[in-house]
Amino acid sequence: METVVFVFSLLDCCALIFLSVYFIITLSDLECDYINARSCCSKLNKWVIPEVVGHTIITVLMLISLHWFIFLLNLPVATWNIYRLIMVPSGNMGVFDPTEIHNRGQLKSHMKEAMIKLGFHLLCFFMYLYSPGLDLPVAEAREPLSKTPYTTDPHFEDGGTLVTCERDSEMAK
Amino acid sequence: MSQPGIPASSGAPTGLQAQNGAASASGSPYTNGPVQNALMSSQVSVSQGYNSQLPGSYPHLIPAKTLNPVSEQSNYGGSQSVSPLSNYQGPGQTLYRPPVASNPMTSSIRSGPVPQMPLPTSQNPAATPMPSGSFLPGTNLPPPLNWQYNYPSQTNHCPRASSQPTMSGNTNLTGHQYVSSGDTSLQNNFMKSGVPSNTNNGSMVVHNSYDEIEGGGFLATPQLTNKNPTMSRSVGYSYPSLPPGYQNTPPPSTTGMPLSSLNYPSGPQAFTQTPLGANHLTASMSGLSLHPEGLRVINLLQERNMLPSTPLKPPVPNLHEDIQKLNCNPELFRCTLTSIPQTQALLNKAKLPLGLLLHPFKDLVQLPVVTSSTIVRCRSCRTYINPFVSFLDQRRWKCNLCYRVNDVPEEFMYNPLTRVYGEPHRRPEVQNATIEFMAPSEYMLRPPQPPVYLFVFDVSHNAVETGYLNSVCQSLLDNLDLLPGNTRTKIGFITFDSTIHFYSLQEGLSQPQMLIVSDIEDVFIPMPENLLVNLNESKELVQDLLKSLPQMFTKTLETQSALGPALQAAFKLMSPTGGRMSVFQTQLPTLGVGALKPREEPNQRSSAKDIHLTPSTDFYKKLALDCSGQQVAVDLFLLSGQYSDLASLGCISRYSAGSVYYYPSYHHQHNPVQVQKLHKELQRYLTRKIGFEAVMRIRCTKGLSIHTFHGNFFVRSTDLLSLPNVNPDAGYAVQMSVEESLTDTQLVSFQSALLYTSSKGERRIRVHTLCLPVVSTLNEVFLGADVQAISGLLANMAVDRSVTASLSDARDALVNAVIDSLSAYRSSVLSNQQPGLMVPFSLRLFPLFVLALLKQKSFQTGTNARLDERIFAMCQVKNQPLVYLMLTTHPSLYRVDSLSDEGAININDRTIPQPPILQLSVEKLSRDGAFLMDAGSVLMLWVGKNCGQNFLSQVLGVQNYALIPQTMTDLPELDTPESARTIAFISWLREQRPFYPVLYVIRDESPMKANFLQYMVEDRTESALSYYEFLLHIQQQVNK
Repeated sequence: METVVFVFSLLDCCALIFLSVYFIITLSDLECDYINARSCCSKLNKWVIPEVVGHTIITVLMLISLHWFIFLLNLPVATWNIYRLIMVPSGNMGVFDPTEIHNRGQLKSHMKEAMIKLGFHLLCFFMYLYSPGLDLPVAEAREPLSKTPYTTDPHFEDGGTLVTCERDSEMAK
Repeated sequence: MSQPGIPASSGAPTGLQAQNGAASASGSPYTNGPVQNALMSSQVSVSQGYNSQLPGSYPHLIPAKTLNPVSEQSNYGGSQSVSPLSNYQGPGQTLYRPPVASNPMTSSIRSGPVPQMPLPTSQNPAATPMPSGSFLPGTNLPPPLNWQYNYPSQTNHCPRASSQPTMSGNTNLTGHQYVSSGDTSLQNNFMKSGVPSNTNNGSMVVHNSYDEIEGGGFLATPQLTNKNPTMSRSVGYSYPSLPPGYQNTPPPSTTGMPLSSLNYPSGPQAFTQTPLGANHLTASMSGLSLHPEGLRVINLLQERNMLPSTPLKPPVPNLHEDIQKLNCNPELFRCTLTSIPQTQALLNKAKLPLGLLLHPFKDLVQLPVVTSSTIVRCRSCRTYINPFVSFLDQRRWKCNLCYRVNDVPEEFMYNPLTRVYGEPHRRPEVQNATIEFMAPSEYMLRPPQPPVYLFVFDVSHNAVETGYLNSVCQSLLDNLDLLPGNTRTKIGFITFDSTIHFYSLQEGLSQPQMLIVSDIEDVFIPMPENLLVNLNESKELVQDLLKSLPQMFTKTLETQSALGPALQAAFKLMSPTGGRMSVFQTQLPTLGVGALKPREEPNQRSSAKDIHLTPSTDFYKKLALDCSGQQVAVDLFLLSGQYSDLASLGCISRYSAGSVYYYPSYHHQHNPVQVQKLHKELQRYLTRKIGFEAVMRIRCTKGLSIHTFHGNFFVRSTDLLSLPNVNPDAGYAVQMSVEESLTDTQLVSFQSALLYTSSKGERRIRVHTLCLPVVSTLNEVFLGADVQAISGLLANMAVDRSVTASLSDARDALVNAVIDSLSAYRSSVLSNQQPGLMVPFSLRLFPLFVLALLKQKSFQTGTNARLDERIFAMCQVKNQPLVYLMLTTHPSLYRVDSLSDEGAININDRTIPQPPILQLSVEKLSRDGAFLMDAGSVLMLWVGKNCGQNFLSQVLGVQNYALIPQTMTDLPELDTPESARTIAFISWLREQRPFYPVLYVIRDESPMKANFLQYMVEDRTESALSYYEFLLHIQQQVNK
C-alpha cells in the first residue's frame, strides 16, 4: 500500500515537474517574443487545472496515508494553487490573462512562481524517491551500478585512444 | 583636437584628399564628429573659395568618389546644402542678413538634373563668375584650432561683414569671424552665408527634385491638417512644406537663430551631440541660471497662489540647446521626469513614477513625410534613424538606443531636400523628431486593407424610445461623403433587438433588403457578400437605408437586447478585412452570449467599497481579442438611462483599441444637450483621420524597460501594441523602470513607431523620438519633474489599482504618492529642515493636482455618481491624451464678464482674449461677475447674481438676471464687442479639442450649480478635504 502511494506520487510529481518546465518554457517564449500573449495564455490556462488537480491529489494522498511531514510540506503550495484559481477576477480569461500579462511585471512573477514550483517539485521528487515508504529496489539497484565505473579504467582508455590517433597519423603518411 | 591645420591657401584637390584621410582616421567616435565637421567645412571653403576658378580641378573629385566618395561629395554639401526652410519661430535673434547677391548662382546649380550627386563641374562655371558667391563658403572656414569654445559668443556683426562681396575681404573676414564667434554663433555664421542662397534653392529643390528622385511626396501636403490654431503654433519645426512665396522674401528677423541651427550647412546636428559631453555642464548651468525660479524651494503652506495664470507649460529638458530644438513636441511625447535618474535606486528614492505619455496620432499641421525605398534603421534593435543618433563619420552612425554602429546606406547619403550628396546628417529623418515614412512592401503582411465601416444599431424598444437613430442616421447621411476613405471604402449595417437584422445593399436592388437571423445561439451570416458594400457603388442604397431606418422600428415592442450575438455576427462579417465597428447600445444586454445582470446597488454608490469596477464576464474581452487579431476595432456608443454595466461592455473597446462614448440619459426630447453633444461628437468621429491595422512599438535606450501599459489596445508582445484602429484622439501611457544603470550615458532616447494603413490605402510609419538627459542626483531628478505628466500617469495607475484592488486603495495610493515623494525630497535634498511643507518648484502643483484627482469623477467618494459614469470617467483617464485629462481633472476657471483685448492673441484675423486662469476656489468667484469654467468635456458659465447689466444684455442677450433661461446652452451672437469677444474665446477653447464641450449657462438656482461647485477642488466638501487641509495632512505625514 505504502509503495503504491509513493509510486503514484512519484509519477504525479514527474508530471508536475514536466508541467513546471513547460510553463517556464512557454513564459520565456513569450518573453522573447516567439509567441504572442494570446496563444501563450491559452496554452498555459489549459494546464492550470490539471496542475491544481495533480497537486491536490498528492496532498490528499499524503494526508490519508498519514505522512504528516510530506502533507504539511505540500499543503501551502496546494493552497496557493487553489487560491490563485479562485481569485481570478470574473472578467479575466484565467490565471494567465493575455491583456494583463505584460502589465505590472506579471510575466516576471509568473516566471518566478513557475521556477519556485519546479524547485519544490524536484525536492518532492527526491523525497518520494528516497522515502522509507518506498523501499524500492532503488537502493539495491544502485549497488551493482556503483561498481561499473571501476570496470574500465578511464586513464587506460585515454591512453588507448591516443595510440590510435598516432596510428592514424602514421597511416596518413 | 586633431585639426590638420589647413592652410587657408592650400591647393584644393590634393589637400582635400589628405584631409579627408585625416578626418576619417581621426579621433574616437565621440570626438570625431566635430572634427570631421570642421574639416568638411574647411574643405568646402578651400575648394570653393580658392579653386572655383579652376574648373579643371573638379573632375578629380569624381573619380575620387570611389576612394573617398562621401567626403568629396560633401564638399558641395558644405556650401550649398542649407535646407530650404524651417519656419521655426524661435527667439528671434536678429541677424541682419542681407539677401546676398550670390543666390542666383547657386540656385542655377541646384536645378541641375543629376539627382544622386550634383555634378561638380556644373557648379564650377557657376561659381566662377561670382566671386562673392564663391567666397561665401569661405566664410565657413572655422578657426583651425580652438574653434570650439574659446571665444565668447558674439554674433551678429560678422554676417554683415561676410556679405561684403570682395575677394580680398574674404580672408579678413574669415579671420574676423573666427575670432569673434564662439561655437554656436559660428554655426550661425555658416548659416548666414548659406541661407540666402538657400532660400532661393529652396523653391527649386522643393518643386523640382524630390518627387522625381524619390518617388514623390516628401513635401507632401500636411497630413490632414487640423484647424486648431494652437497646434499650428506649437508645431513649427517641420520644414518641408513652405509656401513658395516665402522663399522669395527671406524675413531677416523671424527666422533667425533657429533657422540657422536647424540647417547650418556643415555643422550637422549630429555633431551637436558631441559638444554635449563637454558642454553638458555649462549647458545645464546656463539652463538653470536662465530659470532661477526653477531652483526655488517653496513652502506651500505659506505661498498660496501657485497656480500660474496662463496654461502650465511642460518643463523643458535640460539639454543642449541644439538637441532640445530637435526634440519631440511635448504634446506628442512626454516623460514624467525630464531628467532620467541614473539608476533604479535613485528612481526609487525619488518616489516619483517614471513613464511616458504619448499622443502619437495627433492631428498635426505640418508633418514631414518621407518616401524612400529604404528606411534606415538600426540593424540590431530596429530603431529608426532619428535626430539623436551620432554619426561617427560620413558612413557610419551609432544607434542611440542600443549603441550599435550601423552603416549609412548609399541612398541615404543623398539629401533630397538640398540635392546634395554626402550629408546623411542633414536628411529630414535626422532633422525631425517627428516624421512619417511611406512604408515599402516589407511592412505589409497583406495588401493594405480598404477602409471598412460597420454600424451596429440597437433597435429594441428602449432604443427607439430614446430616438437616437434619427440623429445618428442624419449625421451619417450628412457625413457620408466625408468618411475618410477612397474608392475602396466599404460600409455595412446591422441592427439587432432579440434577433439580428442584416441589410443587403447589392448594387441593382431597388431598395435595401433586410435579412433577419433569429438563431442567436449560433450566429451565421445569411449571405456572404453584399452586406458590406462599396460605398461609392451603392451610395443611393445606403442613403435609402439611412433614411428609412429610423422609421422601420417605431412600432417595435421587443425589449430584449442580444448585443453579444450581434457583435459576434458583426465580427464574422468584418473578419476577412478588418476595419471599424461602431456599436450603438442603449441598455443592458439581456439575451444570448454576453448577457449581463444588473449589479449596481444605488444606495451604495457613495461608498468606496464593494463597487463593481471589474467586468462580470470575460466574453467581451475574448471577443475584443478576437477582433484585435482580425484588425477589427469596436467603438462603443452607450446611450443609456439605466445601469448598463459599462465595466463589462467597455472591454470590447478597450482591448480592440476602440473608444467609448457615453451619453447618460440620452433622449431626443428630454435631453437636448446630449443630443447636441452626440451630434457634434459623431461629426468628429465620422470625419476624423483613421489608421487601420496598426501596431505601435515603443523602444527605449538600453537599460530602460517598459513594464506597464495604459490605454486602449492589446499588448501583443513585450513592446508591441496591437491597434486595429488608431484615431487621433487617443492617448497612451507607459510606465518604465531602470533595469541597468545608465552611468555610462548622458542621454537616453525613446522612440515610438506607429505603423498603420491610412484611409487612402497607404502603409505609413509615424515615428516620434524623444531625447532626455540622465542625471545622477536626486535634486536634479526633482528639478526635472513634469508635474502634469506625473499626475496623468498616477491617474492611470490609480485606475488600474481601483480595478485590481479597490477604490479606497487607489485613493490611498494617490495620497501616498505625494507624501512619499515630498518626504523623499525633504529628507534627501533639503539640507536644513525647515518647518512647513517644502516642495521643489517643479512639484509645486503636485498636491493640488492629486487633490483634484481625488475629487475627479473616477476616484471621488461621497457623491452619488452613477457606476457607469464613474467607469466612463476611468475609461477616459486611460484613453485621453494628457492635455484633456488634466483639463477634466483640474479645470481652468476664467472671469469672462470683463474680457478685454489686452494680451489677446490673434488667429486668422480673430482676436481671442486671454483672461487669466483663476484658482478653483469659491473665494475667487464673486456675485458681480461671470465665470467660465473649462472642464474639458464641458464648459460652464456661471453668472453671479449681481452680474453687471452690461454682461447680461451685451453677451447673454437678456434684460435681467431672472430672465436667464433655466437651461441655456448657447450664447446668442449679438452685435456687440463683448459678445464677439466671449464667443471668440469660447469657440477658441472648443476648437482646441477633438470632442465638443457643451456650454451650460448656470444661474444661482440652476441644478447644474452643484456640478459647477464640485469642480472647485480647492474647497472643502462634505466628504473631501480642502486644499489647505490636504496640505496640512501631507505636511503632517511628511514631517513624521
